[in-house]
Amino acid sequence: MRGHLILRVVSKLLIPFLLLFALYVQFHGDYGPGGGFQAGVIVAAAFVLYALIFGLRATQKVIPPALLEVAVPLGVLIYAGVGVVTWGLGGNFLDYGMLDSHDPSHGQHLGILLVEAGVLLTVSSTMLLIFYTFAGRGR
Amino acid sequence: MEGLNELAFVLGGVNHWITVFLIMAGLYIIVSRSNMIKKLVGLSIFQTSVYLLYVSPGKIIGGTAPIISTDFAVYSNPLPHVLILTAIVVGVATLALGLALVVRINEAYGSIEEDEVYGDGDWN
Amino acid sequence: MLIDQFPAIVVAVPLVAAALCAIVRNETACWLISLVVAFLCFVGSATMLGQVQEYGVPLSYKMGGWAPPAGIELRVDLLSGYLLVLVSLIATAVLIYGRHSVRAEIKESVRGWYYAMYLLCMCGLLGIVITGDAFNAFVFMEISSLSMYTLIALGKDRRALAASYQYLIMGTIGATMYVIGVGLLFTITGTLNLIDMAERLAPLLDTPAAIAGMAFVVVGLSLKIALFPLHLWLPNAYAFAPSAVTAFLAATATKVSIYLLMRYLYTVFGFSFAIEQTPILEVVMVLSLAAIFAGSFSAIFQENIKRMLAYSSVAQIGYITLGIALANAPGLTGSLVHIFNHAVMKGALFMLVGGIALQIGTVRLSDMAGVGKVMPLTMFGFVLGSFSMLGVPGTVGFVSKWYLAIGALENGWWWVVALLMLSSLLVLVYMGRVIEVAFFRERPEGAPPLKEAPKSMIMTAWVFILACIYLGFDTSFTVGVAQQAVDVLMGGAQ
Repeated sequence: MRGHLILRVVSKLLIPFLLLFALYVQFHGDYGPGGGFQAGVIVAAAFVLYALIFGLRATQKVIPPALLEVAVPLGVLIYAGVGVVTWGLGGNFLDYGMLDSHDPSHGQHLGILLVEAGVLLTVSSTMLLIFYTFAGRGR
Repeated sequence: MEGLNELAFVLGGVNHWITVFLIMAGLYIIVSRSNMIKKLVGLSIFQTSVYLLYVSPGKIIGGTAPIISTDFAVYSNPLPHVLILTAIVVGVATLALGLALVVRINEAYGSIEEDEVYGDGDWN
Repeated sequence: MLIDQFPAIVVAVPLVAAALCAIVRNETACWLISLVVAFLCFVGSATMLGQVQEYGVPLSYKMGGWAPPAGIELRVDLLSGYLLVLVSLIATAVLIYGRHSVRAEIKESVRGWYYAMYLLCMCGLLGIVITGDAFNAFVFMEISSLSMYTLIALGKDRRALAASYQYLIMGTIGATMYVIGVGLLFTITGTLNLIDMAERLAPLLDTPAAIAGMAFVVVGLSLKIALFPLHLWLPNAYAFAPSAVTAFLAATATKVSIYLLMRYLYTVFGFSFAIEQTPILEVVMVLSLAAIFAGSFSAIFQENIKRMLAYSSVAQIGYITLGIALANAPGLTGSLVHIFNHAVMKGALFMLVGGIALQIGTVRLSDMAGVGKVMPLTMFGFVLGSFSMLGVPGTVGFVSKWYLAIGALENGWWWVVALLMLSSLLVLVYMGRVIEVAFFRERPEGAPPLKEAPKSMIMTAWVFILACIYLGFDTSFTVGVAQQAVDVLMGGAQ
């Protein structure tokens, strides 16, 4: 990709802010609208933008598809793992209140952070994997 | 006055009219098109109607996000939004899987027109 | 106590295991994981059913510690326990059965994913049955459906792709219809918990929104059930999916949707409303009878045996919904018993046909001439399965038809009984064709030598065939649980 100087410069400037915005949406989910689903899509959008400008091959060097194929189930495992931990602590499945022995609301805070981290991982890698799969076909 | 009542009926349910329109438009596209991609577009429109059906009654004019605070008294019900977030994810997954199947069908049959795919060869 | 956690275990463990399989992706490891998990779910389901039977109170599980109706409730009563046992039993058996058939029919690179999808599908089906929440049921329905579309598309034939696409379109319309119906009910009641919804809906039943909601739910679920004339996706999906998938799909997927339909008609809308104030049961009855005859007639003209059995499934689904439409205790008992019986016998038949497909390479009738002499175990099992489908006394088919006939007579509909008899003759015609070709024709000259299918396949299928006969004599489990479950369903009406 030789030409398109403006596109390259602008997208290089944009992508860090896109990722930052994704993190904002992710962690602001505690206080307002936001959360793992939305943030995951924004993360994926940043990489899709990179792929559109710099090509699929360059993007796959940064994030290989094999990594994504592991990341998708790993996110599910993080989510379900929280549930398993609450089982271990004697509560119901996904009963976040159990995660902190002193104050259930702290436990719920921790639980939702972990679960949303799993959601972020799964959603972003799924979206990116869908993009890879379709973009890599038919060449 | 009767005319006014009817106007209120039409305008008051405007979200439902749009929902009904989307349902019918989506179904019509699914039934009438034989191009597999277009069918999936119709399916997506059909699913979009559900989002509106759930979210629009959840909106309360003047209501805020349901965060506990002494400054606000009127909250929107968060449940419809959460449900629809899930439904959107389901919709995306369905669309992605459907498109993937169409890509494979195109590779296997060399066509994505239903008449050519289903009319092709013996289905028995 | 551990047993308190069982409702969550049967849903969460398959989900975790599916994610594990997607990471491991080694065929043998995935198969072992799946087998252990499916068996664990079976043990868990059976324990819960036993518990519910013993104490007579449903198990209720608060997901995440949030109390219903605000939180999601997992609820095991007799009816859902019965279905849980069925689904997990079939899932375990098909895993034992399918090892060879999967190796033969599915590319090595995707076998790990196959088991991941299989577990996800099982998780979804168990989830639909166990959840007490209307929207949660939709989510599980889509989990099971999406993984099912993927499983079907793994078939060797390119037509599997087109069949899967067809199923995806129809299935998604069905699920979306269902969720529109739930949305309307949610708007007027403000709750998603099925029990709570039933209570709040009672005074609102004659409002247009409730009736529209009911119509959407019933139509959506009928698409998933493949009730005639919404069955068009079913024959192709069954015919071109990998054999193991067909056996699993035929035995469980439609049954679970029938369960949900029963829940809505009898628990949520209420027995008296569904019967007295809407024509819904009449509609279901006419469609069921149409399904029985249209399905059987279409089956007669099929050349592909899997497709023939699929059309026969359309007819058998007609028997089950007929029992729902009869709306009395024997009719419903017949319907519930037939859910189990049909799963057992159709599962066995599809397993045997899968063995034939593995050995001959095709399932076309014309290629099966004389197979009965070289694969006697397979074809003898097929004959016994056919007897059961026919409803010969001493097999499970007879038990369910008996209860359906009693139910019809109780309503004074002797002509329904006559039609039931007549439909059995059609079964004789299409199953008889296969038996005639397999036993009474010579194998063509120069046909490649054949031997029986691998032991694991034959054994699993035969266990089910023997179960067809055993359960035809000892009905204490199927009829016993079904009758108790009917009391629960009809009791919800008062």
